[in-house]
Amino acid sequence: MSSTNGRDGMLRIDNLSVYYGGIQALKDVSLHLETGELLAIIGANGAGKTTLLRTLSGVLKARSGSIRFEGKELTRLSPFDIVALGIAHSPEGRQLFGGLTVLENLKLGAVQRTDRAAIEQDLARTFELFPVLKERRLQRAGTLSGGEQQMLAIGRALMARPRLLLLDEPSLGLAPLLVERIFGVIARLKAERVTLLLVEQNARMALNVADRAYVMETGRIKLRGTAAELAANPEVERAYLGG
Amino acid sequence: MAFVLQQLINALALGSIYALMAIGLAIIFGILRLINFAHGELLMIGPFFVLVLTLVGVPFGLAVPIAVVLAGIVGIIMERLAYRPLRGAPDVSLLLTSLGVSIFLQNITIMFFGGQSRAFSGPAFLDQRLPVMQNVGISTIDVVIFATAMVLVTLFSLFVTRTMLGISMRASAENLLAAQLIGINIGRVIMVAFIIGAGMASVAGILYGMRIGKIDPLLGFIPLLKAFVATVIGGFGSIPGAVLGAYVLGFLEILLAGSLPSGFTAYRDAIIFALLIVVLLVRPQGILGSGETERV
Repeated sequence: MSSTNGRDGMLRIDNLSVYYGGIQALKDVSLHLETGELLAIIGANGAGKTTLLRTLSGVLKARSGSIRFEGKELTRLSPFDIVALGIAHSPEGRQLFGGLTVLENLKLGAVQRTDRAAIEQDLARTFELFPVLKERRLQRAGTLSGGEQQMLAIGRALMARPRLLLLDEPSLGLAPLLVERIFGVIARLKAERVTLLLVEQNARMALNVADRAYVMETGRIKLRGTAAELAANPEVERAYLGG
Repeated sequence: MAFVLQQLINALALGSIYALMAIGLAIIFGILRLINFAHGELLMIGPFFVLVLTLVGVPFGLAVPIAVVLAGIVGIIMERLAYRPLRGAPDVSLLLTSLGVSIFLQNITIMFFGGQSRAFSGPAFLDQRLPVMQNVGISTIDVVIFATAMVLVTLFSLFVTRTMLGISMRASAENLLAAQLIGINIGRVIMVAFIIGAGMASVAGILYGMRIGKIDPLLGFIPLLKAFVATVIGGFGSIPGAVLGAYVLGFLEILLAGSLPSGFTAYRDAIIFALLIVVLLVRPQGILGSGETERV
């Protein structure tokens, strides 16, 4: 299952295995991601998608295998160093700082940056992308609605001005109209050539916007291909698209 | 009126000592989920450092800042040697380790200074009583205690709201996973939390020692318990709650001391701890605590 792609893209994962205690959560996962690409990982709850992203971010440690980002091995690095390399993570369940204001949450997204003027620009851009966050910037993040919290989680990750953005279940628990809005933002980020790794249970929306996708099942990569190929795959259609 | 005023000052001074302790307890608990039993020893070593420094001829005014810096260094070493290797271990391992650190520091101090208490006093002007009105005198030390606590609490709240490091500290206390994911340097935040906690505790210890006029190696135990009660009353992990709880406790203690029949004043601590049990039963999240529901 290792990548057959000759180019060494932006991100390349080979034979990654991760355990929670004695339970193997990822089994020999391999994938690759090119610069500017939107790659989706779809699969049911418990398939290992979130585990994969958390291992990428360094909060979970791999038992074996490698993760190379722009040629650099990540598996031994701390989350701090991984953010420093340009990977930002909008986590599952948003994981905001509920007692802190919206503005504080956003500024923390840029915690490692020192380019003040550029941070201000990115803040303005985030507010332009999510006008509601500007209105509520002095409100505590915990008081926001679910949709607003998701926007804040994405905005906070964007404030790192990442080269690779990891989005974990951005549509989870949101009303259909808000799901549309969030995917609208994802499409816009893609148009701006932000490299994105999107993890989603909402396979239909994910395959709509992605270039390529992987299907995960019980810790393994089950299928891979272009988004169009997978959307047309009868197996995917039956299991994930409710066809 | 005079009596009330005097009790008010007493309560504010006592509450200030607890507040300086409780802030450190609350931030360290917030980030590490550790109830740092060795925090009492950080209070105790402050005046002992001052004692040694003044004995070798350092003037008091210089000995205090040096002692606070030394206490901060002890805080850093404590975290590095005892707590950092346990990162990721169950909370109870950390708790037991902190008990061990506490006993270790007490006994090291006993080794050097013996178990008896030693006289401890600041410069003479702190021993004066300021006449406020007829029959009422406020001791200078109580005013200094309250003023110091106000200054430090104000500086601390500016730090946690106006600086990136301070905001990172609040963020880490709220959600350590998210703090790591967005690239906060957790190790640095924890180190600074210990420096601030140790610094404030040592200041509290120096003030407390001057107020009661003596120090001993077990000086930190009772203030630690009181600061613990204060943080529980305020809501464990909440910094404003810890400060509020400290002053509530200070007032309660003085109120009890002043109102209980003379034979019963010895029970005031028992009543305070009974209050702790009631708070834990009725409102475990404390006055300002938000509870654990939003934590994952």
